[in-house]
Amino acid sequence: MSDPVGYLPVAPGSQAPLNSPGYGSTHKRHPKQAAIRIAPTLTESVAPRMLERDYPAFADMSVHEGRQAQGERIIVGGRVLDENGRPVPHCMIEIWQACSTGRYHHPLDTHDAPMDPNFKGEGRVFTDENGAYQFVSIKPGAYPWRNHKNAWRPNHIHYSLFGAGFAQRLVTQMYFPGDPLLPLDPVFNAVADAGARDRLVCGLDMDIGREEWALGYRFDFVLRGRDATPTENPS
Amino acid sequence: MSKLIATASQTIGPYWSLIEHPEWADLLRAGGPNDGYAKGERISLTGQVTDGDGAICPDAVVELWQADPAGDYEAGFQGYGRSRCDAEGRFHFTTVKPGAVKGRGNATQAPHVTLSIFARGLMNHVSTRLYFSGEPLNETDPVLAQVPAERRGTLIARPTAPGVWSLDIRLQGEGETVFLEV
Ligand SMILES: [Fe+2]
Repeated sequence: MSDPVGYLPVAPGSQAPLNSPGYGSTHKRHPKQAAIRIAPTLTESVAPRMLERDYPAFADMSVHEGRQAQGERIIVGGRVLDENGRPVPHCMIEIWQACSTGRYHHPLDTHDAPMDPNFKGEGRVFTDENGAYQFVSIKPGAYPWRNHKNAWRPNHIHYSLFGAGFAQRLVTQMYFPGDPLLPLDPVFNAVADAGARDRLVCGLDMDIGREEWALGYRFDFVLRGRDATPTENPS
Repeated sequence: MSKLIATASQTIGPYWSLIEHPEWADLLRAGGPNDGYAKGERISLTGQVTDGDGAICPDAVVELWQADPAGDYEAGFQGYGRSRCDAEGRFHFTTVKPGAVKGRGNATQAPHVTLSIFARGLMNHVSTRLYFSGEPLNETDPVLAQVPAERRGTLIARPTAPGVWSLDIRLQGEGETVFLEV
């Protein structure tokens, strides 16, 4: 068996540095020493195969125990691809977010906004054969977070993705188009490259939305890709 | 072929435990993907995650990824677990001890577990490996060999009780853990 093919190098500016001074919590938590780059082995080249049997999907976050959550219903859909443009099928996506008032269903969240008892804020979906996914939720509200004077997070949804190799593991946040808080947000702006930031913003998509029911947003994820095309038929 | 660029990572933030399923820290749990798995030696892995002041990180989450006792991945044993840190900043996993894993070329890798740490204040997760002290293969492991000798200890777990191995993660500062990337 031949050695695992390496991953494409990280495009300059496309990832936030661990030391991102605008985001106060990074000060004491970022390693000072550079990570040691290793050639991928079997360990880094395979990934857990999450099966719906063990990790059940729940794709409608807008309903909790049969009751509708408050707020603006949304459908989010798109594809998971790798950097070579190949779809990533059977990819488990975990989703979590605040309710429409900007409150997390979480004991540590003390934001003085009414918590929606019908919105738990957890979802889980899997991509299909073509790397496509879709879920229903409620547009999350902005919330304050004390990072700096009158700091508010823009509307966002958190995601966690498991790719086909452990090096493809991705945890990120998706933002909404036209949010005036985006230029003020240190987490979003920790990504230096404007194009890379724009790719964290979903797009309104009237084909994903459903008439007289919900607005739709498109968001594609790109996981790290191998830096050479693996041989289809090793000789 | 035109290349896309990987989506930027963003911090997991303080509220990730909305997606927490505490039972995932036990890879051998009843009803889980490895229910009934009987091979290998059952072990516990634990450690404390601390920041640059040596303060604990009770909001951090640690993910584990490992081979089975024969050194194979995803061949009848799902080597994935996730543990939140508790009020003392400690993660706890129940699993089986992995075997030696095939390395690049003709190399053999010493038994190891990959640990990834996600937390508020980490814009991307950081990953390291946990090795087991006293393993003869540690002496020839190609990844350990890349780590400067004086920092290698940050990757070597020590037994604290029979079947219990401990490795602390220091995110920053004195004794900073060696993190690995591919
Ligand atoms: Fe958030």
